[in-house]
Amino acid sequence: MQRDQLEMLKQIQALQFTAVDFNLYLDTHPSDQRALADYANTVREMEQLKTVYTRNYGPLLPTDNLCEPCWRWIEEPWPWEIEY
Amino acid sequence: MWIYEKKLQYPAKVGKADLKMAKYLITQYGGPDGELSAALRYLNQRYSMPTNVTKAICNDIGTEEMAHLEIIATLVYKLTKDATAEEMKKADLGGHYADHDNALFYVDATGNPWTATYIQAKGDPVADLHEDMAAEEKARATYQWLIDLTDDPDLKDTLNFLRVREIVHFQRFGEALNLVQEHQNSKHHF
Repeated sequence: MQRDQLEMLKQIQALQFTAVDFNLYLDTHPSDQRALADYANTVREMEQLKTVYTRNYGPLLPTDNLCEPCWRWIEEPWPWEIEY
Repeated sequence: MWIYEKKLQYPAKVGKADLKMAKYLITQYGGPDGELSAALRYLNQRYSMPTNVTKAICNDIGTEEMAHLEIIATLVYKLTKDATAEEMKKADLGGHYADHDNALFYVDATGNPWTATYIQAKGDPVADLHEDMAAEEKARATYQWLIDLTDDPDLKDTLNFLRVREIVHFQRFGEALNLVQEHQNSKHHF
């Protein structure tokens, strides 16, 4: 995997992790307005980055495989094959 | 349902292949306090949880444990990549090689297969959440012992990420326990 792709993947991983951590916090603090706002901002930023990533490098989800001449889902390396 | 996203939760890295370490680390795949036990325990307990908070916390932590299972699998895969039968034998993995070649399997550090007796569902949220909190502490301790067993800084880094997640999960289960106990106490006031 090229360096640019790997760096963007790591950014997505970091944002998704932040979202998961807010998700668990909000499960037990569902009225925390600041956490709700931070969660929304994190998810928005993550979704924007995922759109750029999948356009440039291929699908993260099978449903990202749109407007492609081929089924790229099976071409990109699997998570355990990536050298970080 | 679940949707698979083609990425790990954390960039799992190892510095070098290390069969001995793979043999120890596999316990977090299929051992008593491992990620499979955690995921199956919480996802199964969801159905008898009484409140919105407790259903969500079992569902969402159980789902995160599936991502951790994949991180452990990736680490073991990388630690054992291209190992020969002779190398496996030297690392005390000859028995594993006989049964599985280099394939992953749900076993503990001494090769015992995963069993449902590692987990419980009591149907009582207070009992189940106490089990969940104990499970998180046992997993946290296991990660600490695994960190002590390796000198690979990359592996230590990923194991430390997982160790800290156990602390966060313990905290969230504890909050869920307090809320469910408040909920139960409020029901008894007529």
